Amino acid sequence: MFTALHFAIIMPFIAAILVPFLYKQFARIHTGWFVLIVPVLLFIYFIQYIPLTANGQTVTSVFNWVPSLNLNFIAYVDGLGLLFALLITGIGSLVVLYSIYYLSKEKEALNNFYVFLLMFMGAMLGVVLSDNLIVLYTFWEITSLSSFLLISYWYEREQSRYGALKSLLITVIGGFAMLVGFVLVYKMTGTFSIQEIVASAETITGHPLFLPAMLLILLGAFTKSAQFPFHIWLPDAMEAPTPVSAYLHSATMVKAGIYLVARLSPIFAVKGEWLWLVAGFGIVTLFWGSFTAVRQTDLKGILAYSTISQLGMILSMLGVGAAALHFDSIDNNLYIGATTAALFHLINHATFKGSLFMMVGIVDHETGTRDIRYLGGLMTIMPITFTVAVIGSFSMAGLPPFNGFLSKEMFFTSMVQITNLGMFNIETFGVLFPVIAWIASVFTFIYSMIIVFKTFAGNMHPGLVRANIHEAPLGMLISPIVLISLVVIFGFFPNILAHSIIEPAMASILPSLLGGNEQFYVNIRFWHGFSTELYMTIGVVVIGLLLFMSLRKWAGIYRLFPESLSFNRLYDQLLVTTENVSTILTSWYMKGSVRQYLMYIMVFFTLILTVVLFGKGAFTVNTTNLAPISIYEAVLAASLVIAALLTMFASTRLKAVIGLGATGYIVSLFFVIFRAPDLALTQLTIETVSVALFLLCFYHLPEITKGAKKVRFQPGNFIISLAVGVTITLIAISASSSKLFDSISSFFSEASHDLAGGDNMVNVILVDFRGFDTLFEILVLGIAAMGIYTMIRLRITGRNRP
Amino acid sequence: MRQNDIILQTTTKIVLFIILAFSVFMFFNGHNNPGGGFVGGLMTSSAIVLFMLAFGLETTKRILPFDFKLVAASGLLIAILTGMGSFVFGVPFLSHTFGYFTIPILGEMELATATLFDLGVYLVVVGVTLTIIQTIGEDS
Repeated sequence: MFTALHFAIIMPFIAAILVPFLYKQFARIHTGWFVLIVPVLLFIYFIQYIPLTANGQTVTSVFNWVPSLNLNFIAYVDGLGLLFALLITGIGSLVVLYSIYYLSKEKEALNNFYVFLLMFMGAMLGVVLSDNLIVLYTFWEITSLSSFLLISYWYEREQSRYGALKSLLITVIGGFAMLVGFVLVYKMTGTFSIQEIVASAETITGHPLFLPAMLLILLGAFTKSAQFPFHIWLPDAMEAPTPVSAYLHSATMVKAGIYLVARLSPIFAVKGEWLWLVAGFGIVTLFWGSFTAVRQTDLKGILAYSTISQLGMILSMLGVGAAALHFDSIDNNLYIGATTAALFHLINHATFKGSLFMMVGIVDHETGTRDIRYLGGLMTIMPITFTVAVIGSFSMAGLPPFNGFLSKEMFFTSMVQITNLGMFNIETFGVLFPVIAWIASVFTFIYSMIIVFKTFAGNMHPGLVRANIHEAPLGMLISPIVLISLVVIFGFFPNILAHSIIEPAMASILPSLLGGNEQFYVNIRFWHGFSTELYMTIGVVVIGLLLFMSLRKWAGIYRLFPESLSFNRLYDQLLVTTENVSTILTSWYMKGSVRQYLMYIMVFFTLILTVVLFGKGAFTVNTTNLAPISIYEAVLAASLVIAALLTMFASTRLKAVIGLGATGYIVSLFFVIFRAPDLALTQLTIETVSVALFLLCFYHLPEITKGAKKVRFQPGNFIISLAVGVTITLIAISASSSKLFDSISSFFSEASHDLAGGDNMVNVILVDFRGFDTLFEILVLGIAAMGIYTMIRLRITGRNRP
Repeated sequence: MRQNDIILQTTTKIVLFIILAFSVFMFFNGHNNPGGGFVGGLMTSSAIVLFMLAFGLETTKRILPFDFKLVAASGLLIAILTGMGSFVFGVPFLSHTFGYFTIPILGEMELATATLFDLGVYLVVVGVTLTIIQTIGEDS
């Protein structure tokens, strides 16, 4: 059944079809206004599901797509899917609104922009609301594709194309790996439906394909979510228009990998490897992203690395949250908190990062630069933008009273908890988690401060900044203001989300912990007493402030890592090397010489045939069926050999042609003594004609190459030709030695007169029994004649060459 | 420089008809004895080639004002039409039949539709061979 839910998912695609018409028809109205209706309607539609999922219910509706292959478009709404759907449509509405003011109606190709954006929105909804793995994969690749199109929106810029290609290559490689992983899962469980797989998750943990499937799917998730070391595409994707960066590369697409990890947690999380991989990669990404963000000078570059780092943080929390499955009791299970934190931070990150990107877009729009070396002193000129930046950055840094503070505290809690975990040699490595997390938070603090103070504080950089900078128009400010108010609201009243959104989402991630009618109980508290986490935060602020003040003194450490060792350089080198190696490889064997290719073909066939012949034990010699050799045959054979040798060792071409003619006539004599008069007649005449044609060719050779030239002896050619001859002889001997069944020729000789009314069996076969072959053979002759005629007559000479 | 090819030309005039007759014999004989459309066609072509050698291309063209490409094409057409003729009688493509008829003067004879098909082969071979030779000959 095709339900309203299905329609909601594909509605952006339908709208995308209409966009170009609207763009052409209503050229005076900014196309974005029409587009805006779609996410707003969808947002309202999805809000209606909140009461349903909050009560622990889910909605499933199946639309048969390819039922015979188990491929059905199963729309499935539960807490997790709904959380993402609300993020996608909510932030989507705000981004569309922002883009209306950001992109100029006159200068930009808006029809392209909104088609790509709607495609992306629909694909993203499809990813989070599909229950079928293959359908999910389909939408997944559409997100990659539309992201590629959006990054290269300003396709006339070299950097845009570079960034788009890079993101496509990396995410599609991950996507393919993920597809293989899905297929392996199907192999294990026999179903593509995620819910059915979850139901049978326990039966597959011991399966040998379990680990490969997990690794491949994680590869897909990590590449999409820009995890270390696949994060390199995200900073280059910042060449996209800022609304795109805000939407795709901070709030939605990069969270697709996180969605996948969360969605498949019930299947894979029982294994310890999952915890280690997800938490480990997450924490490394967290550190590397925040560490690298500090050295960036482009505001969007900082935000890109910051996104990478925050995604790593969410993933590490999800990984730690998986530890909850190893403890049965729900009441005092401390690791559940990590999953709560992950979901809470997911929401928080979408709010503050979206607003920060929009803030950067405004700064860029108004000043014409995003480089923090040229910015400064905008505080008084752009007060609203400044406020947005302060709240967003402070929330990102984890300062009270904003929502980032809460999720950061919960993050520290979960990282500290992991040290108590009594599994996977935690004694040695587990302590690294809170330490790395803390160091990464210090860097997060530093770059957050850089964003605010390098852009807005200090003095204006003279000369490099435009003359009449002013506050952005109101329309442009609405979206960041809405997002930033959410930051504040979620900061002060975190529990408004707890029951409606976070608890159902947790139920989707950790379903096995809930028995019967149990529900998770989430209560996020602002003040949690003087605990380790609080001291850690205080440490972050103090050390972070000190380091920010002394930034110039220690920034030199970034120069310790040479640029040539970076992953970007590695990626570039890899591309260049791949291209060079394949060029070298191809030019090594594709030499353009027919002689070479013939050698490959002959060697290949000889090898294959001999290996098969002897490998399969097919070589037999059986002399019982052989006829006695008459004197005529012996003499003819001897003369045939002589004629062939004459052709090969002929000193002039004329001799070779004559040798060839002799061979042909001897063959026709063979036909005579083997009683094939038709063949003999034909062979005689055809041989005559072809010798005449050879002589014609010989006569017209250019004077330079005409000279008598003996065939050069080449040992390689000699060996190959010998091998070919021997192989064919061996095959012929064994073929004639093993007669498996009788020939059908007796039928022809009996039926020729009665059925076809002819006594010449050969001719009857040619024109009657198998006339079809003859029909096409004469067609071949006709084509040959036309070919010769056109080759000779239709000559396009230099001047009339088209 | 035109040589006086009187012996060749005179011989050709006589031999030509012998070869042509032999080729026709080959063609009609094909169903029951060695021969057939293919060899017959080649023989006919060789007779015409002999004529070309003796009298030159221009004369041949005047005597035989055929476009040999059309000859080949009509041969193909005949072959296909004989095949299609089977459809009229509701039998599969290229189903041949034969019968014995008494024809005035010639007496009882076997007539087979396969001969029509062979005629197509014959025409294609003649057309193809002569097209090739004529084209190459005119070029050089």
